[in-house]
Formats: sequence, C-alpha cells, structure tokens
Amino acid sequence: MPRRTAATVLAAAAAAAVLAGCTSTAPPAENVSGGAGGPIKVAAADSSCDVTTKEAPAGTISFTVTNTGSKVTEFYLYATGDRIMGEVENIGPGLTRDLIVEVPDGGTYTTACKPGMVGDGIRAAFTVTGNAARSVDQNTRLAEATAGYKRYVNSQIEALVPKTEEFAAAVKAGDVARAKALFPVSRTYWERIEPVAESFSDIDPKVDGRDDGEPGVAFTGYHRLEKDLWETGLQSDSPAMADALVADMKDLQTRVATLELTPVQLANGAKELLDEVATGKITGEEDRYSHTDLWDFKANVEGSQAAVAALRPVIDEKDKALGPLLDQRFAAVDTLLEQYRVGDGYKLYTELTPEDTKKMSDVVNALAEPISQVAVVVTS
Amino acid sequence: MTDTSRTERPVAPPPTRGPDDEAPSDAGGLSRRTLFGLAGAGVALAGGGAAAGWAVGRSAGETARPGVVPFRDVHQAGVATPAQDRLHFASFDLTTTDRVAVARLLARWATAAERMTAGDETAANGAVGGNPLAPPADTGEALGLPAASLTITVGFGGSFFDKLGIPDRRPLALADLPPFRGDALDPARSGGDICVQACSDDPQVAVHAVRNLARTGFGTVSVRWSQLGFGRTSSTSTAQATPRNLFGFKDGTNNVKAEEPAQLDEHVWVQPGDGPDWMTGGTYLVARRIRMHIETWDRTSLQEQEQIVGRTKGEGNAFGKAGEFDLADLAARGPDGKPLIAQDAHIRLASADELNGVRILRRGYNFVDGTDGRGRLDAGLFFIAFVRDPQKQFVPMQRVLAQQDPMMEYLQHTGSAMFACPPGLAGSDYWGSALFA
Repeated sequence: MPRRTAATVLAAAAAAAVLAGCTSTAPPAENVSGGAGGPIKVAAADSSCDVTTKEAPAGTISFTVTNTGSKVTEFYLYATGDRIMGEVENIGPGLTRDLIVEVPDGGTYTTACKPGMVGDGIRAAFTVTGNAARSVDQNTRLAEATAGYKRYVNSQIEALVPKTEEFAAAVKAGDVARAKALFPVSRTYWERIEPVAESFSDIDPKVDGRDDGEPGVAFTGYHRLEKDLWETGLQSDSPAMADALVADMKDLQTRVATLELTPVQLANGAKELLDEVATGKITGEEDRYSHTDLWDFKANVEGSQAAVAALRPVIDEKDKALGPLLDQRFAAVDTLLEQYRVGDGYKLYTELTPEDTKKMSDVVNALAEPISQVAVVVTS
Repeated sequence: MTDTSRTERPVAPPPTRGPDDEAPSDAGGLSRRTLFGLAGAGVALAGGGAAAGWAVGRSAGETARPGVVPFRDVHQAGVATPAQDRLHFASFDLTTTDRVAVARLLARWATAAERMTAGDETAANGAVGGNPLAPPADTGEALGLPAASLTITVGFGGSFFDKLGIPDRRPLALADLPPFRGDALDPARSGGDICVQACSDDPQVAVHAVRNLARTGFGTVSVRWSQLGFGRTSSTSTAQATPRNLFGFKDGTNNVKAEEPAQLDEHVWVQPGDGPDWMTGGTYLVARRIRMHIETWDRTSLQEQEQIVGRTKGEGNAFGKAGEFDLADLAARGPDGKPLIAQDAHIRLASADELNGVRILRRGYNFVDGTDGRGRLDAGLFFIAFVRDPQKQFVPMQRVLAQQDPMMEYLQHTGSAMFACPPGLAGSDYWGSALFA
C-alpha cells in the first residue's frame, strides 16, 4: 500500500494537521451508546488490536481508539463485504481518536486495526445485537448507501488534500526523491474516487491530463510533474504547477461537499474504476514516466470496492448470490496484486511480463462483468 | 481463482441459469432473423423442443431454413457441414479449476450458441430490449444480419483435463503433439483449454459469436489467442467448388466429403470402442497456424510451383491427368522414365497411398494478419483438420511433410493446438455434459 509510504514519511506536524481535518467518517449521533456504559476502548498496538467489548446494541456505537504502538494506525468497523461502517485514519503513535458510528442492524461485524495503515489489518468479530427502531424501506437503504459512499468520498478527499500539499511542498523544495516517493501516495486518494472527480469535467483534465501534444492545450497536473520528476528534471514552472495542483484539489473538496450522488452513479462508478484499470493501468499508459501504475490499479479497485460495499445491503436484498461472487472476485484481484508488492509499494509496470498483465486482465474482467450488473440489481 | 459461490454440487450440474445470468427473458424479443424477414418469430424458440428428436434425425417438425445449420444433431456442426467462407477461431484458458463453474459456462454457451446459430440474439431482448440500466446481454453488431450458416464447434484441449483434475478422462488420442521439424511455434498462438470454432458466411456474424461467448466466459475462461480466417481453403461437400489457398493453388481436392459417410466414419468420427465413450461420435480438431512466405513463393517460377505441389495451378489436375478430380496416378512416369509426380511432391507425400490409407478432413482458412513490420504480409493458412485419431493420422502425415516436402521452404508453422470435440448435442445437452456426468 502506498499509504504505508505515507506513514513513514509523514512528519509529526503534518500528522497533526491531518488530524484537525479528519475525524469520524460517521455522522454525529444523538444517543451515543458504547455498549455497557461509555465508549468502547480500543488499544491499537503494532501487533495487536485490543477491543475491550466485543458486543454492543444496535444504534450509535462509539469507540475510543488509542494508538499504543509505534506506527501510524487506522481503525475500522466493517459490515459484510468489507462495507465500511466507519473508520478513523492517521492515528499517530500515542494519540487517541474517537469513532462514532451508526449501526442500525444487528449482526456480525468486524473490527480492524491497521498498524502502518497497510493490508487487511488485525481483525476480530464484533457482534451488534437487536435492531435500532426504524422502518427500512428500499428508499431508506438506497439513501443510506449514497450517504455511506459520500462519507467514503469525504474521507478520501480529507486525505487527498494534505497528501497533495506534501507532494507539492517537496516539488517546490526541489526534493526530487521525496516528491517521487509521494507521487503515487497522493494519487492513491485521487484514484480511489476518480469517477467522482471526473464528474467535474473542468478539474479532471487539469489534474490528471496526459501529454497528448494537442495544440492549445496546456499540459498540467500530476502527469506534468511526473514527467518533470522522472524524465526532464524539475522546470522553472514546476513550483507553479504544484501550487495549481493543490488549488485544484481544494476546489474539488469544496465542490464535492455539495455533490449529490444516486445509487446508479455509485454502481456505474464502481464499474468505471475497473474500466480505468483495464484501459489505463494494465496497459501502463497512466503513469508512463514513473511506471507506478500498480499503485493506481490498487487504488481504483479499492474505490470500486468501496462503492459496491456501500450498496451491499441493497444488493444482498435483491440478489443473494451477487454479493458473495463479488467478494470472491475482489479477493482474487487482491491476491494477485499482493504478488507484485515490493516493500511499501509495488513493482514498476516496466518490470511486468506479458504473462503478468494477462493475469491481471483476467481477474479484472472476471470482476468487472458481475459489477456491470450491480446498477440493474440495485434499481430493480 | 475458484468459483465456488454457486450451488454446491460435486460435478454435473444441470444447465440451469446462474444467478448472474443475463436478465430474464420474455419471448418475442427483437429477432435477428425476424428483422431479416426469413422466418416468423415463433420458430426461433423451436430449437430446444425439436432437439428431442435428434436420435431419429432432425426431420420431426423441423423445416430446413436457408442459411441455418441445425445446431443439435448427431455430430457437431462445423465439421462435415458445408464449409462457410469465414472463420473466427478462439482458444480459451480456464481461469478456474472448479468443474461446476466450467460445466455451467458450457451450458450457458450452448444456450447462446443455439440461439445465435438460428440467427437470434444471445438472449431475447438481448441487444436493445432489456433493462436500460444493464449492459445489453447481446453486443448487438449482428442485429439485422441473418444466421449466415453460423456454426459453433467446441472442443477441449489436453490441459483442460489436467486443470480440472480429471487427467484420467483425457483421451489417449489427445496426447500432446510431438515437435516437428521446422516448427517455430509461438506459445501465445498455441494450445488452450477450450476451443470455439465459429464459421459463417458473414465475418461479422462469426466475430459476434466469439465475442459474446468470450464475454459470457469472464471469470471462468479467458481468451488465450484467436484467429480470423477468410476464403475457406477446403470444400467439405461435392457441391462446393475447390477454393484456392494463398499460394494460388486449389487446396483440398481430395478432402473427405460429407457425401462419403463411410469415409467420415473411418477417418473423422470417433467410433464405438475407440474410447473414451463420451467421445463416440466426436472428432479431434488439429489447428496449425502456417505462415506462408508468400513474397518468396511469388518469385518462384510457375513450373517449380507446380512441381512442388504435383498439380497444375490452373485446372488443378494431377500431372498426367486432365481434370481436377481425376485420381492422381502416383506410379505414372514420363517419357524420360522419371515419375510424373515428383517423389517429394506435396500431393504424393500427403496421399493416403503413401500414408497407409490415412486421410483427414481439412477445413482451414486463409489469413492475413496485417504486416510483419518488415514489409511483408503476415499471411498464410490457418490449417484445421478433423480426424478420428490425430496420433494415427495427423502425426505421421505432418512428420513426413515436415521432413520431406519442399513446400516447407515457403512455410513456417507458428501456432499449434489440438482439441477433443465431443459429439453433437441432444436435448438439453451441453458440450461435455457426458464427460462431466
């Protein structure tokens, strides 16, 4: 995971800045219950994740997560299919953060600490009993799905802006090595929510456009800086490019705040992210100078999974077989990508053989086909 | 990757639709054939019912329709049925080891193939009449086109049996082909676990068939390689004229033909007792992608070209005979006492007389895959042969040709594959349903 790279290079000051902007991804609640009296305490160490209570009644559940380890960590509460009910990211060593999450339905959930913010994390089952009083109809479930995905998008943008600022700062400081290390990390948050970002048609070309040599079109954004860093060396206008990139991300953040999403847009977004993988990443066209395409690949898949996970309760209601099939096919993609992990990141595209990319193409095709059915399933 | 999410059943599942199958149909969708005005929509659904009568022939209630080759019959279509003009051949790799998932896919393929060979979409309302929020079940490029004699022939490669953990079911006749002299085989153009041979008189119909089957297969199979072909290089019926290959010669004059049932039984169809039982009535498909060095061939004198082949280029008669179909006299000698047909002429080396009576049914196509970057056409013959036992027929024939045929100077075998094609499908059969049973 590129985010592990982020963790290791993250300065304490920057971590504090992130903290200020990023808290719970769940909405605030009125009646916070943390099981038997007060929030559930979580001690997140480097090799353990000690959740003091394994059970809570349905409704609003509160966790207090303390990082007792030496690595930056995260804490998640997942529903079936790794649907994120709530998460807190970027918890620095020694810090304590709260997660307030609304869990209306009883059932088995999963808690996870992610020391180093990498991998599946240290997981344990968590039982929610009973059901919060409410009437759940189709529209409610769909509204919850879009609201849940909106929380995900917000959480990504909350990380995207500071990561882009770090990247831009390295460029402006002329620190090529650091900028190169931060490039795929910053892009991870962008790539996870790319269909949302692309819905603002003026931002996407400025941020993520490629050098097609088209007369009258300026070459700016990530890939311009990528070319500077890897190919031509930093240019006199590289700092200005970096500033513009940050400004565009902040613009994106402002606009996303008022964005309304429909369930069909979620489903189509999940498919489009895999289309991005199929046409841009598996071919090595996206990051043609840095060859860090597999970081983007992973981020696209994670973003797709997040959109599907948000829709999961609706999918499960309509087609019992589709959810498990998607789980299995997402897992196949993850398993394959893990084979190409190198340290904190991934092999470069130029290190892949045609056999490697064929395997990637196969697992993505296998996943994308059932995902293309999600839109009709959730609206049927 | 193992597809275990479906019904847990050890092997042989019924050909039911999986939950991820395309949207349910209601009959009376846009029929390609109806659009073309060849027949009424009601007939489109008759295939399954009519198939029950396969064992006694397909006469019961079924009216032959022009341009439609019956899908369900004793033998698979696309072998002894008249060779069409166009080919799209695809070889697939299994991406799962789950027999249930593979059987389910083959059943879905049979359903779609039966519809497409009748000139219909893969599913009713497949291309444009379905849920607008879902991707169309049929890709649509064959809308308005007739069946165009589409045949879809399926076979299993040796690796199919190994990957599915049933190596004991692999037919002995399907043993890997040995290397032949001069082979320059590209692994990316060779082998495969399952083949689909789609032949049609319209290239778009053949491409549509392969494309839709490939798409249905995502998650279970993936395309390993595929080959387009044009201009059939053989005739499989006496009603067809002998076509020419890219060397400019008539090819396959002596082919086994549909009008010779005894010859088909002897040389093409697996007979009872040949084993395994599930292959009885089936056949083995040998595919070789043969690149022709056409630029050097084209600067070879007519006389040398004809001597290499053993026939004239115009009429196609064997030396010493007047007409194309006059049987070649391999013993004939000229006034100088030398054989009229050279000792190493192609037709002599490939003749049954020289090969202990071995014959093969050829059903290949010409191909031109653009250029090779060195100013030469990447052209040749996509050789397809159907035989009862490749070890006894294709192997000895190819060994002799590879070693002795002067034509090899102008040829290079760049791809190779072999598949066991089960017999025709009855009732609700799908390809391999007897194998999985």
